[in-house]
This record gives sequence, C-alpha cells and structure tokens, in this order.
Amino acid sequence: MTKSRIFWGTLAPVAAILSSLVFVYIILTIRGVNPIDIFAEMINYGFQPRNLVSELNQTIAYYMAGVAAAIGFKMLLFNIGIDGQYRMGAFFGAVVGAAVSLPPILHVTLIIITAMLAGGLWAAIAGYLKVRRGVSEVISNIMLNFIAAAIIAFLLSEDLLGTLPEGSQNLQTNKIPVSGQMPTIKAFDGEIYSFLFVAIAVGIAYWVMLNKTVFGFNLRATGLSFRAARSSGVNAPGMIFITTVLSGAIAGLVGIGTLLSDTHSYSMAFPAGYAFTGLALALLGRNHPVGIFFAAFLWSFLERTAPVLEFEGVPPEIVIVMQGTIVLSIVIAYEVVARINLRQQQRAVGKVNAEASSQKESQ
Amino acid sequence: MTTKTPEKKRSKAKKFFTSPARITLAIAGLFFIISGVEAITGATDITSPGTSGATLRFAIPLLMAGLGGLWAERAGVINIGLEGMMIVGTWTAAWFGYLHGPLVGFAAAAVFGLASGFFHAILTVKIGIDQAVSGLAINLIAAGGARYLSGIFFPPVGGDRTVSPPVDSFPTFTIPIIAPLLEKIDAQNIFFISNLAGVLHGLTRDLSLVTVALLLLVPLTSWILWRSKFGLRMRFSGENPMAAESLGINVYRIRYIAISVSGMLASLGGAYLALVASSVYREGQTAGRGFIGLATVIFGNWKPGGVFAGSMLFGFTDALRVRQSESVMSLVLVAGIVAAILGIYFSIARRWKFAAISVGIALFGLWVNQRVDLIPQEFVTVFPNFATLIVLTFLAQRLTPPAMAGMPYRRGSE
Repeated sequence: MTKSRIFWGTLAPVAAILSSLVFVYIILTIRGVNPIDIFAEMINYGFQPRNLVSELNQTIAYYMAGVAAAIGFKMLLFNIGIDGQYRMGAFFGAVVGAAVSLPPILHVTLIIITAMLAGGLWAAIAGYLKVRRGVSEVISNIMLNFIAAAIIAFLLSEDLLGTLPEGSQNLQTNKIPVSGQMPTIKAFDGEIYSFLFVAIAVGIAYWVMLNKTVFGFNLRATGLSFRAARSSGVNAPGMIFITTVLSGAIAGLVGIGTLLSDTHSYSMAFPAGYAFTGLALALLGRNHPVGIFFAAFLWSFLERTAPVLEFEGVPPEIVIVMQGTIVLSIVIAYEVVARINLRQQQRAVGKVNAEASSQKESQ
Repeated sequence: MTTKTPEKKRSKAKKFFTSPARITLAIAGLFFIISGVEAITGATDITSPGTSGATLRFAIPLLMAGLGGLWAERAGVINIGLEGMMIVGTWTAAWFGYLHGPLVGFAAAAVFGLASGFFHAILTVKIGIDQAVSGLAINLIAAGGARYLSGIFFPPVGGDRTVSPPVDSFPTFTIPIIAPLLEKIDAQNIFFISNLAGVLHGLTRDLSLVTVALLLLVPLTSWILWRSKFGLRMRFSGENPMAAESLGINVYRIRYIAISVSGMLASLGGAYLALVASSVYREGQTAGRGFIGLATVIFGNWKPGGVFAGSMLFGFTDALRVRQSESVMSLVLVAGIVAAILGIYFSIARRWKFAAISVGIALFGLWVNQRVDLIPQEFVTVFPNFATLIVLTFLAQRLTPPAMAGMPYRRGSE
C-alpha cells in the first residue's frame, strides 16, 4: 500500500519534468541546436562545485517560499501573497537589524523574529478579509503584493529609511552591523549561508507540526473539509486565519538568508516573483518538506545554468517557459491521476454492490 | 416601527444611485466640485484636454483587460492570466505590425489572444485544473516566451533585444465642428462650462479609429450579456452551471467561447498598448495592467458599464501620475470635500457609523492637503489596487459576483 503511494506520488512530478524536458527539446531542435549537447553542458556547468554552492544558497530562499505555500495549500489556501510578505519581512528585518545593536546571537534572532512578524502581519490582512469578509485570498493578495511593493519603494526614499551608497544607483537600507550578520560556511570555493540550518529547522518543524501535533491535525482536517472540522469542534475560521498568518511568517523569511549572509541591507535589487515560485515548488514537492527541497533545488539549478544557453545562441528565458510548463504538467498529471483513482474506487464500489445484489438474488 | 425607518432610507439611497439620471447628476456635482477646486487652487491640469486625452489612452488597455476578465468570470472561470494574454497581444501586435503594418498587427493580436484564451479554457474547463494555477502559469509562460522570442526575432538595437523595431502608427482624426467649438469654449475660462469643454475637447481630438472601435465593445458586451440568448446562457453558466446543464445548456462550450473571447479582448488591450499608446513592443510594457483589469471587474461589480467607469478612473490616476503630480493634491481636496458632503448626508440619514468614517476621511484629506507637499508617486501607482481592496473590504456585501466564478465544475458531478 505505502509502496504504491510513493510510486503514485513521485510518478506525477517525474512525468511533469520529463514532459517539459520534451517540450524544451522540441523548441531547441526548432532553434537548430542539439538539445542533448546543451543539456549535457548545463548539467556539467551546474554541478561544478562553485555553482553548486550558489544554487544551494538560492535553494534556501526558494525552500522557504515553497514551505510557506505548502502550509497554505494544506488549508486549501492559495497564498499568492508570498511576494508581498517576503518583501515586508526582508525590508523590516533589515531596518530593525540596522537600527539596534545587540549581542550577536540575540541580534540575529531579533531580525528573524521581526521578519516573521512583518510577513505574518501583512498576511493577516488577507486572512482577516477571507475570514470576516469572505474575500477570496487570491484577489486580495494580488492587490496586497502591489501595495507592499509601493510602500517599500516609498519608505526606501532617501529622506526616510533609505541611503544611496557612493557609486551606486540602488537605494538601500542601512547596513546591518557585524553582530547581526550570519556567518557563512566556506566550502567548495564558495560560501554557504548558515541560514541553511534555519531552513532545515523550519522544514522539520513544518513536518512535526503537521503530522504530530493537535494543531496540525486540526489544520489538515479543516483543509480536507471545513464543515466536518467545524462540526467536530474545530474553530475552522480561526484555523484559516492562523494558517494564513503562519504561511506569511514563513514567507517573511524568504529573503533573510541573503540579507544576513550576503547583502546585509535591503535594496530594490531583491528579486520579485517568489509567490509563483513558492506555489510551483509546493505543487511539485507535493507539500512534503523533502519533496519541496528537491523541487527548490531543481528550480535554482535551472536558473543558475540558464546562461549556458546564451553561449549557444539560445535566449536563456526559455528556462522561464520551462518552469511554467513544469507547473502546468504537474497539475495536469495530478488531475489525471486523481481521476483514474476515483474511477478505480467507483469501479471497486460498483463491484462490491453487484456482488452483494447477486448474493441477495441467489438467496 | 423604529426599525423600519433605516431600511426605508437605505432603499431610497439605493434608488438614488441606481437611476441613470441621478448618476449623471452625481457626476455633474463631482465635476462642479472639481471646477471649484481648480478655480481656488489655480491648478488647471485636471480638466485640461491633455489629461482627458491621456486618460482615455491609459484607460483603453485597462478596459480591454477588464472586459476580458468580465467575459471569463461571467461564464464562471476566473482569468488570472489576463496579464500574460496582454503580453501576447503586445508582442504579436508589434511583430506582425512591423512586418505587415499595424492593421495586420491588430488582427494577429486578436488571433493569438483568442488562442491563449482557448489554452486557458482547455486547462480549466476540459482538464479541470485549478484556475489560479493555470492563469499564473500562463502569465509566466507568456512573459518568458515573449522574452525568448524577442531574443530570436528582433534585430538587436545596440545589443538591446527587449524592444521591437518601431511600427507605423494608426492615423488619428479630430471630430469636426464639435472639437474646435469645444476648444473655443475652453479658452473662454468660464467657470464649470469651460472646464467641461476642456475635458470633452480632450476626448474628441486626435482620436484613433481603434479607440472608438474598442470603446464600442462596452455597449456590445452589455447587449450580449443582457439581451442575447448566448449572454443569458453565459451568465447562467457562471451562476449555476449544474442547473444550466440540466436545462440542456452546453456549459463547456459556453465557457470555451467566453474564455477565448476573454483572451482576445485582453490581447487587444495589449495590442493597443503597443500600437496606439506607443509604437513599439517594450519588455514589461503591460506593467501589471492585467491585474488592474482584474480589479476593474470587481470595482465595476461585474457589469460592463462598471468596468468602463472603473477603467476610466484608474486610467485617470495613471494619466495624472505621468502628467502632473501637483494635480493629485487638488484631487485629495476634492475627495475631502466629497467625503464632507457624504458625512453631512449620512448625519441627516442618522447613519452615524458612516457619517463618522466620512468625516474622518474628510479631515484626513484636509490634513494631507495642508501638511504634505507631494503625494509619493508610488501611492498614486497603486491607487487602483488600494481602491479595490477598500471596495472589497467595505462593500463586499453589496457586490454581486457570479456565484460560481472560480469554482471547479465537472460535467455530471456536484
């Protein structure tokens, strides 16, 4: 039973990745280059130690986004507000971190807690609207993403919280002092963010929370059936609100690895688009902490190796298209597998019914 | 007895805002206030022909995206892929327009937009995947695809492959007799009348035929939705697909058509951006307009006229952002005065909560007007998003979205 579950669980993601590989294969062939050569070159480039390190660092950020999305998915919430929540978290983490001076470990802890609070509070707006006003979280979060970006762009102006370092065009917050920085692990001619351990801890906490606690049970129950959970005494609307905030708090950590170990300040150069990536990774990793990790690694691998394409005269943006097709194929695969399962169940029920009725007739 | 009075008043207020004549009166009143503010502050850009012309140019893409969203949601499917479909429109219009002239560009945008809508329909109707996932994936694929294809097809301009070669622009025309007449009245500087003439002058000069044609889609959509058999079936599919199916309506086919049209409309909005509002495709040209189109659908309460009004309002803020940020200040004053009037109205109606909110807004507007020098551009940019969130927060009960929009529906199942 469990064996077939693992089989069916991994079949869909693998099929999705393969089908999008085929898609890219066709496009590259149309372009007139040999896809196999390019794939080999990408893999070769991507597994060089130096590139592996930067892929791992990017994986950390993607992993947080994926876990944030997965928490939402467990509640049937489509947290597309990860973008705004991550910005809020990184920005306020940077601002608070630069404003205080504390002993090293305390300082880092304060920044992390601030980021989680900022992300969680920003998500709370969408949660409130969902629970109290019945507003779809998709629409409210899309609007909130734009508003978050605007608020931060406004606060980053020079007479408020931003500074313009000499020789730079990029407005940024003040630098976080050394006590608030996280060390890096020097390995493979690169530096791995030690925030990796926080990410691992979050992954474990997510799994334990979901599978080993009453709270996690209530969460899953509400996600599976709002009405059933409610009638069995779970405060279902409250669960939805808390889950939204929790998802936002994790989303607030997306940019913290880069912030604490690399840039030490927030700037407009912090990339956008984590919302979609997070949702994609949660889908691809089937909301499982280990699955999400592999998905996140695949994502950053693809992005890191994209420049290889440019040497061959292929615009590297094909990787974005590939990511899009992976997501589409994965949801299609899930839908198809679910339908096959349903049909098998119905057939099994039908068989039992038929046997029961034939037995009755023979009696 | 006492409980009945507020209900009566509410229905009165409802009637006041639903009758078209009263709406005209309300707009005229608003315009009167704007004229007054302009006379006091001396800022004349709000009602200048330049602003109203720019408003129209900025509003059309939002309108098309909004109508696209309306078509899809009326049939019961949310289209978050509007942004991507607009990108499809900008790219195809610019490329085919560069090769064969702008008219072919427009036609190509329509065809490819239809195809992108059809793609969304296959995914959400036939296969039945999550509508939000499908829309987001379309956004991603369209953005990545456009950049990929630009890198291949566009001749590099100084190593820059993110801009298409320029396309010939459409001819423009000015409505004879009326436009010059309005210009003369505008020059007279008569209070209210000249201001009105200024706005209308901007809407009657340098028009593109495309603008007029696209504007006609608003009454057309309205007619289809409320007067045609297809429209009735479409709304039925959005409200209750099961019941529709049981009455012999082919919900799948209706949705296929509606979503394809939705893609075409959004794509035409993109084509307008590339061919009329400018003359090139530029990466990131749509700049989130598809999402604002989604917002106008909510803002317009899922009605074509409402979508039109919403896109004009949002187009107006866009135009002000680009033209003169000082004008925003006078608008804050206008908003404050309107809020003050509403406060008086609600006080008379004894609805104290609303009265207090209105007075609070009025005081805030006054404070901003006195204390702040310039509204930051960022806030003007996100005004549509903010306004939509406010509408959703405070008027959610008054909105009438299609009941089953966004819900998965499989034929023959609950």
